[in-house]
Amino acid sequence: MSVLGTSIKRREDPALITGKGKFTDDFSVPGMLHAVMVRSPHGHAKVNNIDSSAAAQAQGVVAVFTATELEATGIPGVIPTVWLLPGIKTPAHTLFATDRVRYVGHPVAVVVAETIHAAHDAAILVEVDYEPLPAVVDPKAAVADGAPQIWDEAPNNIAFDWELGDKDATDVAFAAAATTATLELRNNRILPHAIEPRAALAQWDAENGKLTLTMTSQNPHVHRLLMTIASLGLPEHKIRVIAPEVGGGFGSKIHHYADEAITAWCAMQTRRPVKWTATRSETNMTDAHGRDHWSTAGIAIDADGKIVGLRIDTHAAMGAYISTFAPAVPTWLYGTLFSGQYDIPAIHVHVLATFTNTAPVDAVRGSGRPEAAYAVERLMDAGAAAAGLDPVEFRRRNFIQPDAFPYQTQVALAYDSGNYLPALEKALAAADYDALRADQAKRLADSSGNAKLLGIGLSSYIEACGIAPSAVVGSLGAQAGLWESAKVRVHPSGSVTVYTGSCAHGQGHATTFSQIVSDRLGIDVDQIDVIHGDTEEVQFGMGTYGSRSAAVGGSAIVKSLDKVIAKGKKIAAHLLEAAVDDIEFEDSEFKVKGSPGQSKAWGDVVLAAYLAHNLPEDVEPGLEETSFYDPANFTYPFGTHIAVVEIDRETGEIELLRYVAVDDCGNQINPMIVEGQVHGGIAHGLGQALWEEAVYDESGQLLSGTLLDYALPRAHQLVSFELDHTVTPCPHNPLGVKGIGEAGAIAAPAAVANAVSDALISVGAEPIDMPFTPEKIWRALQEGGT
Amino acid sequence: MRVTISVEVNGTKHEREVETRTLLVHFLREDLGLTGTHVGCETSLCGACTIHMDGLAVKSCTQLAVQADGAKITTIEGLADNGNLHPMQQAFWDEHGLQCGYCTPGMIMAATKLVEDNPQATEREIREGLKGNLCRCTGYHNIVKAVAAAAKAGAPS
Repeated sequence: MSVLGTSIKRREDPALITGKGKFTDDFSVPGMLHAVMVRSPHGHAKVNNIDSSAAAQAQGVVAVFTATELEATGIPGVIPTVWLLPGIKTPAHTLFATDRVRYVGHPVAVVVAETIHAAHDAAILVEVDYEPLPAVVDPKAAVADGAPQIWDEAPNNIAFDWELGDKDATDVAFAAAATTATLELRNNRILPHAIEPRAALAQWDAENGKLTLTMTSQNPHVHRLLMTIASLGLPEHKIRVIAPEVGGGFGSKIHHYADEAITAWCAMQTRRPVKWTATRSETNMTDAHGRDHWSTAGIAIDADGKIVGLRIDTHAAMGAYISTFAPAVPTWLYGTLFSGQYDIPAIHVHVLATFTNTAPVDAVRGSGRPEAAYAVERLMDAGAAAAGLDPVEFRRRNFIQPDAFPYQTQVALAYDSGNYLPALEKALAAADYDALRADQAKRLADSSGNAKLLGIGLSSYIEACGIAPSAVVGSLGAQAGLWESAKVRVHPSGSVTVYTGSCAHGQGHATTFSQIVSDRLGIDVDQIDVIHGDTEEVQFGMGTYGSRSAAVGGSAIVKSLDKVIAKGKKIAAHLLEAAVDDIEFEDSEFKVKGSPGQSKAWGDVVLAAYLAHNLPEDVEPGLEETSFYDPANFTYPFGTHIAVVEIDRETGEIELLRYVAVDDCGNQINPMIVEGQVHGGIAHGLGQALWEEAVYDESGQLLSGTLLDYALPRAHQLVSFELDHTVTPCPHNPLGVKGIGEAGAIAAPAAVANAVSDALISVGAEPIDMPFTPEKIWRALQEGGT
Repeated sequence: MRVTISVEVNGTKHEREVETRTLLVHFLREDLGLTGTHVGCETSLCGACTIHMDGLAVKSCTQLAVQADGAKITTIEGLADNGNLHPMQQAFWDEHGLQCGYCTPGMIMAATKLVEDNPQATEREIREGLKGNLCRCTGYHNIVKAVAAAAKAGAPS
């Protein structure tokens, strides 16, 4: 029986549960030095002078470097932006800040010392003469008259101004609508918070001019390429990037940062291995942050309760510099999702992206899609209220119908498949929606007025995963292709090693990819190894993000397996003296169709390929195939989530009572791993909705820079999630898979927001925005509650 | 200043000279090479560094190495018995209680002590008992399941 679709246990786990998994900071090598960055403590300041003489003379210090020394070596020395938009401003993001600092955390110097203690001690001896400047940290305030100017080349702090859809048609729809609803929305800034902080160990082989960089990466080949073309200038083949075990990423380890490049450069300068490991505070200051939008959103509805138009105007913070893939996040990963699961004839999206004196904002789990789902699903509830309909009924009336696929939205995307009502129905049944509404009404009718409020929130989200095809993303501004590669090496004895360009950091690729191979070749999973995360071993890879690994990376493996089988068929046909077209491969045997008993076992054909004693004329020896798979379209996972919250009217205290999730990620390779991904995504989304917020003060200080003041969800605050699924396979990839890593983070914020709004509105209070802290809820109840 | 400490870690006695400011977690990782114990924060809030010291689950980033002088310590590397996984390790594997694995050693060390102290722990008690350990991957769902499964299996400490 095939293992595809079964919940086999993860092969990754034995090392990880016994402490033998090796993460970047776990590696130490002889002669290794330690690097500590000296970072800007100001959100915005002129740098008049840096005096590193005292630090340089401190005990154990080998070197102190600043931009001056780095520039003198003539390396490119910048962090590039690799997604460009028309008119975008991309000021040079130098590894070290030079004459001006624009956010707290940008390195101004690095201390390299024999021990980590010596490096830390000396770092505080680096004297930097700063002249603080006025700062602006809010994307809306950044474009106000008189706002501090962050870059001369970006008047009014505008990084880019982007729109999608048909403004005129949308305006007409709103003017003619029977009813409309408008919302002011805040999408709070969040910190990615992989539990493993970023780290790098650089080893420089001066004799061969070769750098080996072990680092926390979701995409080692991309990091290597960016090191070559923008940061270090070393030839690409002279850099080996290794991502060993990576302790979570959530987007933060996609991006290219100064610290890893500086660490590598320090190793080249000192000709000794150098290790840098971020503290949690450093990670919070410098990892690219997520979200940070202010929006005005509207929905227009006709007399039948059908949506006729939807529009949104968004201010998006980009931070002080434009990070690696940042331009795509509030644009093509955001504006394109505004049709949601609904048939909407007119849509207009406008985004004004601004520089702010904060850490750069880039992809964080969901990346644009949570922000879109938040707006669309909040509008669905507001629209339902305006139309006098239950939120469930309003969604039902507006779903794209199953026979409408492929469905061309008004915001560029063409959905390939979907069937939205069954997921909604399943979620309603699991939650027992009618009983919840009855409970809610009973509490409201309680004459004591002391009953806790019940809030029920739906989120019928859609996402677009596995961004593709490459030609399309290129036309949208990507300076990269978004295909994936896979090499399948069949060994002479019939076992297999797969080299994948996907790069797992918790997703369990080694397990799921071996299931794909086992299914296609009919060999045991124990006969299959999966290699990833090393530029020296893997041909090339675009990496793991955007829920792309199964749909794109997995499909690349299938493509290579198909080539292996095709070659095997040729060899088998030759050995069996049959026509190639008559050979079928089944249960690990090459068989002649209609001739029982006429067959060659997998192992015999593989061995024949390597012995090469008797091969057809046009067949080369060996059995190894490489593929570069470029998908035909995005994939479109969807589902409906339902959050149930309880609110104490006296204190504003909020408790998550239940969370129901019905997701459709197409076919499932390993349901256990799929569910695990859903759990984690939900928790991420619940964190944003209920607790998490990165807060900067007016001068650009990050006030929530440690775990003392940034509230990550903890076990006692969450509940066990109630999961189910529907299966609508992706029609354009060979596995029929769509991706599931981000679904929860996309769906959950809106589900909770709608639940909180539901509770507040039930007593006449106004909806509020995330995070839904007791204080905010209490204030809303005081101001508007009855 | 450097002082000599004597500790027993995973059944092996070590006598080492350490700088007085060295944290216990760094002593374990750098001096003894036991890198299974991880560091996730500097405020004692993530729990990735949780170990057992003299019968208690402690965050080894909040202890100085010199405070461990004379102590008996178990780290994740010492939890399995002659290659046989501890029931808590087995349960984490069986229940998919880990994804990236970074928080896992600390989570398992905290969970073994939790179950040892309260073998009949309810879901609520497990959740309360694990609130000192952060995980960003699992949403705690399967971690809670794993701890309950280990408890049910009568996990010996």
